[in-house]
Amino acid sequence: MTIINTSRMTPYMFLAPAAAIMLIGLLYPIGYMMYASFLDWNPSQRIGEADWIGLRNYLNLLQDESFRESAIVTLKFASIVVVSEMIIGVGLALLLDRNIRGMSVLRTIFILPMMIAPIVVGLMWRYMYHPTVGIFNQTLNSWGFDSIPWLSDSWWSLTSIIIADIWQWTPFIFILALAALQSLPRTALEASRIDGASGWQQIFYIKLPLMMPVLIVTALLRLIDAFKVLEVILVMTNGGPGLSTEILALRIARTASEFRELGVAAAMSNFLLLLLLVLTISMFIYSKVAESRAAHLRQMAEKG
Amino acid sequence: MSNAEERQNPAFYALVVALILMSLGPIFLMLSTSLRLNVDIMSDASRLFFLPTLQNYETVLCNVLWYEPGHVDYCDPTFSRALGNSLVVALISTIVTLVVGCMAAYALVRFRFMGRGTVSMTTLMMRMVPPAVLLVPVFGIWTFQYQLDGTYAGIILVYVAMNLPFVIWILQSFIVQVPIQLEEAAKMDGANAVQIFFLVVLPVIKPGLAAASIFTFRIAWNEFLIANALLDRDTRTVPVTIVNSLTEYDINWGVIMATGMLLAIPPIIFTFVASKQIITGMTAGAVKG
Repeated sequence: MTIINTSRMTPYMFLAPAAAIMLIGLLYPIGYMMYASFLDWNPSQRIGEADWIGLRNYLNLLQDESFRESAIVTLKFASIVVVSEMIIGVGLALLLDRNIRGMSVLRTIFILPMMIAPIVVGLMWRYMYHPTVGIFNQTLNSWGFDSIPWLSDSWWSLTSIIIADIWQWTPFIFILALAALQSLPRTALEASRIDGASGWQQIFYIKLPLMMPVLIVTALLRLIDAFKVLEVILVMTNGGPGLSTEILALRIARTASEFRELGVAAAMSNFLLLLLLVLTISMFIYSKVAESRAAHLRQMAEKG
Repeated sequence: MSNAEERQNPAFYALVVALILMSLGPIFLMLSTSLRLNVDIMSDASRLFFLPTLQNYETVLCNVLWYEPGHVDYCDPTFSRALGNSLVVALISTIVTLVVGCMAAYALVRFRFMGRGTVSMTTLMMRMVPPAVLLVPVFGIWTFQYQLDGTYAGIILVYVAMNLPFVIWILQSFIVQVPIQLEEAAKMDGANAVQIFFLVVLPVIKPGLAAASIFTFRIAWNEFLIANALLDRDTRTVPVTIVNSLTEYDINWGVIMATGMLLAIPPIIFTFVASKQIITGMTAGAVKG
């Protein structure tokens, strides 16, 4: 009898610790945040002492110029970064998809920027962008050009953080795109070559459409992560000059720690989550559609 | 397509070399800066030729060295303490996440109560949550309800919870590949569920464990935001101290780059030792779906 009981309990025993940790460490805090977004709450108060102010945090945010500004910066940053990384990463994957010696070494070197702490990445770039000792301005000066205000001009600082992000994350797209390329059905590629398709035709009519499902998921993962980039920007510009590089995640952190308005920060967090949710769901649906299309295409290719 | 190496044109190799230079350049620059004296960093003298020195590292690690470096007037223990904290936090988080995640992944696969779809959906959802969003609630709850602010346990709980969905999900994809016959044979020989798990399943899923542990370690080791909110002077991790020592002007670049280098070394070592597993972990997300 006891044996049957224990074997029935086993799966729950195995799952219990994980479930408990995720409940107290993840789900409860997120629920708590939803609640806190309706409060006027500063860090020295317990949550019970904070005043309930209903939707006022949200309404204030909607009217807040600077919040809108940083939402725009976030969207601009995320879209530019994802689009350029997709183009460069997929382009490189198409170029480098050959049998060369040392491909694995190459991939190893490419993942280094992603493994290093974002704080350190920010540090490296801040040093390189340094107005006098940074390598960029020194090179420019030695070639006889003027220095560029990398981190002190609002247009340049956004460009600078975008460049740093492209450096750090293009390899991610490259590696995923390469994996997708190498899992393509060789028969389809060979058939098209026999039919006389040129390199470009192969890329546009066979490789890219077949890679599409993976590419969409890749873009989605990268997009989600682009909204989370915080440390690199924090170290490089801390959101400045002005609000030119203050993306939402950074604004949340600053609202909570510098301005000590936890309720407002929680409301912003909810906005950010909502935005991400909408993006994720729409990309997810789109990927399902693309997947069925690719499956269809693959079938056609393999048939003929 | 032939398996033999094809002859490539020189432009191709030039591209490869350029890419390698681009991705390693900033890292080398950091390394070389960390090996210079501040006088050299600030002077306009040649970039390539300088006398490398370990002084910056000695400054950072002054109170754990077995000798007293002559150039350090005042030994600031912050950095070496932070390094110790980082190690403790990252290692314990990794171990706890792996053990708990392994058990859960195993239960999910073998006893099938939720499909893989549910788990990958949860993983994606959790991946969607930016750490900045967790900042407010974690600060509030950990300070006022769990009383865990400033402790290792508090920050480890956050990291374990943050990493569990991904770890469970990746381990699951490895456990699925363990043949059930292997386990049934062990059961016939009288092993119980726990023994089967530790003696039969664990050895087979080692590559998955490697990938999962590197990812967890990396996040716990590199994380700044939540560590900054939760930890106090004695338990601070390295990323927090780096940001704290960044001031608007007059940054001690040599020392800060040495700290950055020390922070970057473990991930760099992992990358070279286990790049295959890392790539598996990275691509599993998108390619397998």
